[in-house]
Amino acid sequence: MTKLTLGPIAYHWSADKRRDFYARIADEAPVDEVYLGEVICSKRAPFHEGDLPTTIERLERAGKVVVLSSLAEVMLKRERMATSDLAAMDHPEIEINNAAGLYARGQRPHRIGPFMNAYNEATIMWMAGQGATHICLPPELPAEAIAIAARSARALGLGVEVQVFGRLSLAVSARCYHARAHRRTKDSCQFVCADDPDGMPLRTRDDMPILRVNGIQTQSESYVDLVPDAGRLVADGVTHLRIMPQEVDMVGVTRLIRAVLAGQLPVAEAGVRLQELCAGRQFSNGFYHGQAGYRRIANATLAP
Amino acid sequence: MSTRIRTIPPGSGVVSRLACTMVQPILSRVVRRIAAQHPSLFARLGPHQGTDFLIDPVDLPFALHLRPDPQALLFRAVPRDAAPQAGAVIRGRFLLLLELVDSEEDGDAAFFSRDLEVSGDTEAVVRLRNALDDVEGSIAEETAAMFGPPGRAILGHLRRTYSRDPIRT
Amino acid sequence: MSHAELVCPAGTPAALRTAVDAGADAVYCGFQNATNARNFPGLNFTPDELAVAVLYAHGKGTKVLLALNTYPPAGKFDLWRQAADLGARLGVDAFIVADMGVADYIARAHPQARLHLSVQAAASTPEAIRYYCAHFGVKRVVLPRILTIPEIRQIRKEIPCEIETFIFGNHGLMVEGRCSLTNYLTGQSTNMDGVCSPASDVEYVRDADGAMSSRLAGFTIDRFGPDEMAGYPTICKGRYTAPHRPEEYYAFEEPVSLNLSRLLPELIGAGVHAFKIEGRQRSKSYVRGVVAAFRQAVDDIRAGHAANIADLLALTEGQKQTQGAFETKKWR
Repeated sequence: MTKLTLGPIAYHWSADKRRDFYARIADEAPVDEVYLGEVICSKRAPFHEGDLPTTIERLERAGKVVVLSSLAEVMLKRERMATSDLAAMDHPEIEINNAAGLYARGQRPHRIGPFMNAYNEATIMWMAGQGATHICLPPELPAEAIAIAARSARALGLGVEVQVFGRLSLAVSARCYHARAHRRTKDSCQFVCADDPDGMPLRTRDDMPILRVNGIQTQSESYVDLVPDAGRLVADGVTHLRIMPQEVDMVGVTRLIRAVLAGQLPVAEAGVRLQELCAGRQFSNGFYHGQAGYRRIANATLAP
Repeated sequence: MSTRIRTIPPGSGVVSRLACTMVQPILSRVVRRIAAQHPSLFARLGPHQGTDFLIDPVDLPFALHLRPDPQALLFRAVPRDAAPQAGAVIRGRFLLLLELVDSEEDGDAAFFSRDLEVSGDTEAVVRLRNALDDVEGSIAEETAAMFGPPGRAILGHLRRTYSRDPIRT
Repeated sequence: MSHAELVCPAGTPAALRTAVDAGADAVYCGFQNATNARNFPGLNFTPDELAVAVLYAHGKGTKVLLALNTYPPAGKFDLWRQAADLGARLGVDAFIVADMGVADYIARAHPQARLHLSVQAAASTPEAIRYYCAHFGVKRVVLPRILTIPEIRQIRKEIPCEIETFIFGNHGLMVEGRCSLTNYLTGQSTNMDGVCSPASDVEYVRDADGAMSSRLAGFTIDRFGPDEMAGYPTICKGRYTAPHRPEEYYAFEEPVSLNLSRLLPELIGAGVHAFKIEGRQRSKSYVRGVVAAFRQAVDDIRAGHAANIADLLALTEGQKQTQGAFETKKWR
């Protein structure tokens, strides 16, 4: 049975907002697994890590598998500490997004996050040999490569995950672009990124929306939508479909995708309703089709 | 300092056409010679062997049309008002273009400083640049040498004449 | 003690010979395919060209480092495997790798080969670097351009391998090996195809007022006034608007080049073993000028003199240079 997962919140949502969010997810969202933890900026972590034990308990009580995700960019002492502390945990499961985490984890079981660049069979085989139990593939992999990677991962007994909804992570940096936009530095940012719960939009000089800034991360303007391709992904061996939290009705989004997977909602109708849930957002699936990521390829394969 | 490239008034069409006629036999000889000496150049051009390049030395009375097809090599002087529709255009002062051909100047640096302008198919320009950059030695010197001492004298004269920077404002 | 080895770019056989003749201790280069991160049109080496180049470089005591620093997508790993086998057969002195699968392959198939960890692997902590040293026998790490000198000094104390840092050239701000910006607009991937703002998708448009727009796949990345210095048409060096910045601004980084010539003594003091000059896409003229200048500077420092670095400003992007992260962390 294909699992639906909820990825870690990429943005600097307030502690209150996160509590409410995960309470609703626990009660109402038909997802099987939830990734928690700060992946983007170590400065944000103190705002919400105190709530983690309660959130974990709440989600597990609701029957969800909880996974803690590690920082994508590790450089400072506190980031190194956070990474090794996470790697020392026995429960819950952890997802590693930086080689510093792999070093700290050693051979103990772990998941490989989307920032780990598991692009191919050889890398997946290497990682499996080092204790990886599950791989989230990089979002820019096209369908053919996903199929080959998934087959080899499955043969090794690994779970295979692909992001099917939400903004794509396109780049990370040591510099904070939110702070820069407000003429501040990373050290004096005053957490301006909290003002943009769905990322800060950048437009080109001819006024085309193009990217979103989220602290040190650069995201796609469009939300990826591989819901119409879910059938093919599953047929190709993908075991987990990742939904990224965005500033929309995420319970509605997860229910809709669950209904498509269960064959209760035709893909075409799901597309219309997803657009309603995400009013004003553009969708894309170009990477999956081996084309420019921002593109939306119309004649996507239909779910069985 | 302004680095904008300005094309000089091309003079009368008659002058330009006359200049083209005079220089053409030399160009044909030059390009055949270079092609014979440096065959690996064509491999780096890849799919752009058939592309029409317009090389526009803004301080000369004519432009140059290059199609680096090894089967039917074309390099000719054309009046600006009769230049063909080109796949890629490279524009700059004559001496700069000469120095770029010989890798005495760096193309990226000239582009950053706005002394070099490219338009059209950027990949074609990049391939031509990389192909020429892989040529060992000086194409300008080789060309001049083809014409013996008079050729070297002319090259020296050109370098002096066009290094005066007449068009930068 | 640092060897202050100069590692110089070679985009073509002629550039390689130029770098060797100008005093490079090592040159780095790649094949004409996706196996390296400068897979640009008309650039790089055929196997035959590399064979000749290795002989030339070795004849003058210069090492040849082969960049195999991209990430093979599933189904295409053979291309990287073949490139590694070929490099080993031609006698290159080291492989510069990023992908764990590629590193593992070379470590097993060519156990005598020397591995350098590419900046594309983005290993910026002692722990990450130790991971690659412990598992693949990496002998040198090329550090991301995001660390200060005190940070580099500290890392040096905690790792069992040599450090190479960039000293001059294009200065990207995104974590390398983690950037899909180009692919998002063009459909060609930096990690999988080795391209960044591929020329085939770049268009320069001259406007009536003498300004120049640079477009990538139809998106206007920047527009330079008639008298303004230009930069590479990369997304991370473009100007955009944001809600708080209605005027176009450099949202990520200005067109600027890294130049650490003034910090060379401190970098040597911090234990940096090798210095990398960026620019396989640049001309022989650039290679000749930059390599010669840094050769002189390193020799002066070794002889106990103050380095008198030639002015390299003209070769920098936007004709602006920076010491970037190396001097202060305020830029973050």
